[in-house]
Amino acid sequence: MSVPAIELDGIDKSFGSVHAVRSVSLAVEKGAITGIIGENGAGKSTLMSILYGLFRADAGEIRVDGEAVQMDGPRDAIRHGIGMVHQHFMLIDSFTVLENLVLGAERGPMLAPGLAAARAELARLSRDYGLTVDPDATIADLSVGEQQKVEILKVLFRGARILILDEPSAVLTPQETDQLFRILATLKERGVTVVLITHKLREIMAATDRVFVMRQGRMVAERLTRETNPEELAELMVGRKVRLHMEKAPPHKGEVRLRAEHLGLVDERGVVLLDDISLELRAGEIVGIAGVSGNGQTELLQVLAGIRPPSGGSLTVCGRRIDRQRPGDPAEMRDLGVAHVPEDRQRQGMVAAFRASETSILGYHALPPFSQHYLLNGPAVGAHCARLMERFDVRPRVPGLRSSSFSGGNQQKLVLAREMARNPKVLLVGQPTRGVDIGAIEFIHRELVKSRDAGCAVLVVSVELDEILSLADRILVMFAGRIVGEVEGSRADERTLGLMMAGAKAA
Amino acid sequence: MTRARRPLPAWADIVLLPVVNVALAFLIVGIIVRIIGVDPFHALNLLIVGAIGSPESIGYTLYYATNFIFTGLAVAVAFHAGLFNIGGEGQAYLGGLGCGLAILALDRTLPIWLMIPVGVIAAALFGAAWAAVPAWLQAWRGSHIVITTIMFNFVAAALMVYLMVNVLIAPGSMTPQSRGFEPSAFLPRMGGNALNLSLLLALACCAAVWVFLWHTPWGYALRTMGHNPEAAVYAGTNLRHMTMLAMCISGGLAGFVGVNELMGVHHRIVLDFPAGYGFAGIAVALMGRNHPVGIVFAALLFGALQQGGAELAFDIPQITRETVVLIQGLVILFSGALVQLPRPWLQALFSFRRA
Amino acid sequence: MDDPLSLLFLVAAATLRVATPLILCAMGGLFSERSGIIDVGLEGKMLIAAFFAAAVAATTHSAWWGVAAAIAAAEVLALLHGLACITYRGNQVVSGVALNIIAAGLTVVWGTAWFARGGQTPALEEGERLLPLFFPRAGDNILVYVALASVPLTWWIVARTRFGLRLRAVGEMPLAVDSAGISVAWLRYRAVLLCGLFSGLAGAYIAIAQNAGFSRDMTAGQGFIALAAVIFGKWRPLPTFGACLMFGLLDAVAIRLQGVRVPGIGEVPVQLIQSLPYLLTVFLLAGFIGRAVAPKAIGIPYQKEH
Repeated sequence: MSVPAIELDGIDKSFGSVHAVRSVSLAVEKGAITGIIGENGAGKSTLMSILYGLFRADAGEIRVDGEAVQMDGPRDAIRHGIGMVHQHFMLIDSFTVLENLVLGAERGPMLAPGLAAARAELARLSRDYGLTVDPDATIADLSVGEQQKVEILKVLFRGARILILDEPSAVLTPQETDQLFRILATLKERGVTVVLITHKLREIMAATDRVFVMRQGRMVAERLTRETNPEELAELMVGRKVRLHMEKAPPHKGEVRLRAEHLGLVDERGVVLLDDISLELRAGEIVGIAGVSGNGQTELLQVLAGIRPPSGGSLTVCGRRIDRQRPGDPAEMRDLGVAHVPEDRQRQGMVAAFRASETSILGYHALPPFSQHYLLNGPAVGAHCARLMERFDVRPRVPGLRSSSFSGGNQQKLVLAREMARNPKVLLVGQPTRGVDIGAIEFIHRELVKSRDAGCAVLVVSVELDEILSLADRILVMFAGRIVGEVEGSRADERTLGLMMAGAKAA
Repeated sequence: MTRARRPLPAWADIVLLPVVNVALAFLIVGIIVRIIGVDPFHALNLLIVGAIGSPESIGYTLYYATNFIFTGLAVAVAFHAGLFNIGGEGQAYLGGLGCGLAILALDRTLPIWLMIPVGVIAAALFGAAWAAVPAWLQAWRGSHIVITTIMFNFVAAALMVYLMVNVLIAPGSMTPQSRGFEPSAFLPRMGGNALNLSLLLALACCAAVWVFLWHTPWGYALRTMGHNPEAAVYAGTNLRHMTMLAMCISGGLAGFVGVNELMGVHHRIVLDFPAGYGFAGIAVALMGRNHPVGIVFAALLFGALQQGGAELAFDIPQITRETVVLIQGLVILFSGALVQLPRPWLQALFSFRRA
Repeated sequence: MDDPLSLLFLVAAATLRVATPLILCAMGGLFSERSGIIDVGLEGKMLIAAFFAAAVAATTHSAWWGVAAAIAAAEVLALLHGLACITYRGNQVVSGVALNIIAAGLTVVWGTAWFARGGQTPALEEGERLLPLFFPRAGDNILVYVALASVPLTWWIVARTRFGLRLRAVGEMPLAVDSAGISVAWLRYRAVLLCGLFSGLAGAYIAIAQNAGFSRDMTAGQGFIALAAVIFGKWRPLPTFGACLMFGLLDAVAIRLQGVRVPGIGEVPVQLIQSLPYLLTVFLLAGFIGRAVAPKAIGIPYQKEH
């Protein structure tokens, strides 16, 4: 390999107590497409933001063309020929393509000359790279795929020789993604260096020459793409963690508690989030929903919990039918016996500024014994919280402490305790052990199984394959808003699930 | 890079930071008073004597504080719901109108023990109704509540001028004011010339707001919405209904200014009685950290300033009552918009002490 | 005098006289709001500018020093607003409200101490005022022409210059501006300072052109009408200018209609006409007449790093 286009050496970055990037080194080859793969939260985007000057690294060195450089801001990165296409486009919706193109590269205090020059330059770029866009179109009127083209053009317009794309396909249709890869191939032919960040195996295999794998802030592997395969990458991404052996009896399945029939969800912009989801959840079983995050699991939980009404199909929960005409709401679902541990406890499951005792009744605050004669019963709430803390070993055992003062694991235990306290008929759990330490993971898993054995119907959504494998009696795999496979828990293995999750294979 | 500083201890955050913020406001006023050519300490002395030097002045201080408690609570309740109600001025105005209309209609028929509650309730209803419109527009039509409540202050003022000049003016009167109320609508005085039973109503409102916010399921849901709307949805709260509830309570509280002013003092409907209390409520709520107890203390301070400022203006001709307005503005600036300004200084101080 | 043409001229002149401070102030507000900084404090800036214009003009016997002082005073408040909203990322509405109240208090306190006339400045003589240039009866002083020129100027800056492009961008999506390597804070400070300049001119107009001296609270809500005009004009210079003219016309008509019975309608309440700017703006915001879409990032402090 000649002098690499970019070298990162020992990059380290923490946000408060979160160690996002841990001493990462990598070298990007000139004129090739390099992939960086890893699960959400593995540190890929943070690493690239450091390279682009958006964050400052706590330690480490960046070299461009073999020379050490200081990145104090995007301006420095641009000066060194580095351009970034962000996951969330940095485009002004109300501006035209041309205006977006020249923002920050206007060539003088008047707009007109800069715009004229940009128009000519745009024509040249379009010719060279086959990227055609109407320069006078307003961004808001363009499709997402076209907007991405504008982002790429913006970067090329600034003279970038190194192009970083952060999860570029997250917002694209499969056809648009294919088109993007053709564009990237053309760029490579013209000598542009491309760095592609993604969590999708298919894209790494289809588009890159070399791939780096990140896990939990660390760089764990480097492979030539032609010498590796999706199975190996899936394993590297997920990691061989200590397999959690969950001793559990075979399930005693009872009646159907929750049935979804052809559920669909389309957002206000017309993007299909859930597509024809049918599933059954019986008393006494744990159903696991596996999938790489962002494939509709979040939305499925929201619909099942009554937070978002379905746009199509129906949902029957303990005898109540919910559909577009007669949507449910979270309070009604709770009355029906559905408890919900949300995926993101900080944003949904608790109020950071509230005392732990207050968080311990969120959603149940209007019910007795917490609320009697229109008043909250403080002592009852406190006693309830103390009981929950005792049972779930929440530390420190202080109901009066602010919820945000607890560690992630203890917050999660508190939320879980709250939702399990009323012996719900259906328990929906999103990412039960995200950000939770090993000891607490085991405890939470045991509680979920206990709940199943007591006859509760449990649905677990998790991006941790190990977790799904050790907990679930039945596993459903989601990909692109659909359920693409179902496997019995006892017969599932990581490889087949990994492939289904990556959309590579349907069962 | 600046070196990372330790966060402030909780007591410093709750007590010290607000005190420093208010002290900064007073410091600047002191400098301005100095520039004017008056010894600030002499002025401060006169101000304190004017505010609490005699039973008479204490009575006035408490009477002013009553208004500040109402508008402070109004801002605080909306604030706990994550809403910024700067329409207290208009809601107070309309509250007075409601109270006055009820009295003009009924004061010749109802006995005092019925007339007073009816007047009070009418004030709350009108204040709430005036706040309900912006609330509805925000909850259902998505218009920004800050802008609509501002605009509604002006609409309220125009409406009142029209009504007073054209409709409610007492026959034969040269000034735009209604006929005098019958004594059945006079709130009993609590000594002095202005202090009346409204103070008890204000304290009752403090207690009620405290109970409502921290000891009822609705208050719980309201605070949840203010801190984290997503969690409120998760908990089953209808955000639109909660917005309406919060703003109606807020408007009703502001409307009680009309009770104190009209039923307590003027005994007729007059123009311009809200006199900035609605805006000052923002300062009171910010200083009182949106808690009823804090609001009572902040309201007492502002009431004392109002009364002491009037006495001060009387004693020193170079200084006017508006000094108090200036202080209010500075308090809002320092304990609201620039609240973070002294934090680094205090952090440095604390780090230094520990090191 | 009574012929329709001269009546039209009089109404047009009256409208323009009333609309001039609104136009200046609204153009200032437009710069601030387009950059993403809400300015509820236009009123306060205008008020303090009016005071210093009159006070300095009366003291120096020069209208020009008065104008300069007005601009300087408004810029001080503008910088405070910038400090609170941009540097300390405080609440923009709270800051605006505070500055209004400070201006209302300070002008009277300072005025009383300075001139001992209960907050008023002495009546200004001819040389201390800005006088009509061509039509004595129309009141066409220099600031009227400045106001008229400020509209195409604002349009040109916003639409045709690099600064304007960046200004529009920073109000929509500061993150995009930052990632293009442009300082968000410096852009916003410039916008806030421009706002101070224009509202300073508006204040000077009120005190030393339209009137002959300062009296307490003399801006009487015009800053808020200017803010309403910016919203009503959907944050664009020409429609904002139109809104200012309309609101000015309403005011001019309201004064003329006082006590007049309109055939078929009866007496139109002046107060209704006066509150129309506010009501119309509320209707517009609620989407009942068209749709006013604010700059997307308005009111949100920009925080660079996590």
